[in-house]
Amino acid sequence: MPDSVLSFQNVSKNFSGLRVIDEVTFDVERGSRTALIGPNGAGKTTVFNLISGVYPIDQGQVLLDGDDISTLPVRQRINRGISRSFQNIRLMPHLSAVENVMLGQHSHSRSIGSLLFPLGWLPRNRWAKQAEEALAQAGLGTYPGEVVANLPYGVQKRIEVVRAMISEPKVLMLDEPAAGLNEQETEDLRLLLEQVSERGVTLLVVEHDMQFVRRLCDQVVVLNFGKKIFEGLASEVQEDQAVKEAYLGTEDVGDAA
Amino acid sequence: MSGYWAGIMAILCFNIVVAYSVFLPAASGQLNLGAAGFVAIGAYSSGYISTDLGAPMLLAILLGALVTGFVAFVISFPILRTRGVYMVLATFAFAEVVQGVFINLEVFGAAAGYPVAAFADLNVIVPLTIGVVVFVFFLMTTRLGLSMRAVHDDEPVATLFGVHARFTQVTAFTLGGVVAGIGGAIWAHNFNYVEIQNFNILLSIFVLLYVLIGGTQTAFGPLIGAVFFTLMPEALRVSEEWRFVIFGILIILMMVVRPEGLVTRTMLDRIKGPFIRRKPAPVVDS
Repeated sequence: MPDSVLSFQNVSKNFSGLRVIDEVTFDVERGSRTALIGPNGAGKTTVFNLISGVYPIDQGQVLLDGDDISTLPVRQRINRGISRSFQNIRLMPHLSAVENVMLGQHSHSRSIGSLLFPLGWLPRNRWAKQAEEALAQAGLGTYPGEVVANLPYGVQKRIEVVRAMISEPKVLMLDEPAAGLNEQETEDLRLLLEQVSERGVTLLVVEHDMQFVRRLCDQVVVLNFGKKIFEGLASEVQEDQAVKEAYLGTEDVGDAA
Repeated sequence: MSGYWAGIMAILCFNIVVAYSVFLPAASGQLNLGAAGFVAIGAYSSGYISTDLGAPMLLAILLGALVTGFVAFVISFPILRTRGVYMVLATFAFAEVVQGVFINLEVFGAAAGYPVAAFADLNVIVPLTIGVVVFVFFLMTTRLGLSMRAVHDDEPVATLFGVHARFTQVTAFTLGGVVAGIGGAIWAHNFNYVEIQNFNILLSIFVLLYVLIGGTQTAFGPLIGAVFFTLMPEALRVSEEWRFVIFGILIILMMVVRPEGLVTRTMLDRIKGPFIRRKPAPVVDS
């Protein structure tokens, strides 16, 4: 039986009477690289918001390592090992790149002593050093002190991934991490995520770039109109009739992408 | 130093301290239009402790600050339930209530005011002000300061990364109250007379302007804002009849040219840039 780190069990969500997630169940295997795909409006980002606690669930359970985290306060979920990035960049615009990444370390430094630790007055302290190294590892070593609002979109996108990574999550959820990146940046990101995955971090990725998904992910969950229509190996998803119809609305297709 | 400049210096110190009392909550996304209320509590309580209770002045200033901080802590819970313009109105209403209370309290001289015996000269005021400035600069470099700025920029995302937004905002509001209490204590012991009429809405508006015009992105903002607002009207005395017209035009121009405040992070980076070139961190194999 597969070892599931995250389990989405029979979850439903309604917005103003409209059912956007309809009794969806899927498991994310520990250490896997799982893609959550589907046409626009399928409910992918809503699933992320339900797992991270942005939205409360109406029905069902979200289990992390077998524990129900559905009712856990939002800020405590990162302590349990859930970290995420966003479809639209949600960096802190007035903070520097390294400060944004240090925000990702917050769950590891919550004592009163560490809250009053002068990060800025002790250059290259443990936290700053770790954050700068994480940025350098992502190819962003020249940007640590830059205010992120002044940085290019692709750089901001990668800083967001680094911020999510540095909390050392069990499950790293990335919402369209490759959106807006050029070919080289996308490849660099894929290599970075492979490194993260090799450390044992489970990846759950929402992405429209199917080439990126094929090269990175081994498992795929497909949603359409809030329902799960496929769960299985990435190599099998393109042959699934329901997936083809969801994307193209016809049986006569060659590539779901 | 002449009496005129000593007076200007004392006002400057008071303005800087009170500006930081508004900056601390503003740095975590809360606009406080009730600074005058907190300053009044600090002024009356420290004055009462030093004059009626006979405590040494420095102890009275400290206790006055703590009393104000406690009031800010208690009041922060209902106030932080509001957002945006409603928070501005709530803090304004709080200051009005404080004014209404003190004007009726005979123990503090009611409308006639309250005389304070001990005198704080610049030897007391300047170190206190420097202490407040250093404290705020230090605070903004800590993880708590980082949390405050994160909550200011995007509270939901800060929460997702484990920041306790309510704790951060209550702490910032309370610390702002403590600093406002120090400001009030400086006022009480420098002017030796506390009248509630001095702590009206105009004071709250001006102090908020120091912070917004100076900039809320860095701890330099309130300092620059307070210095500008205190010294510029004095510098414009050469044109006595036009000085407030010129001053008003300058404020409008600044808001047009620098809507995010005089001092921004980007500006500081540009200034630091040529002097500080940091080597990129080495890539560490995972």
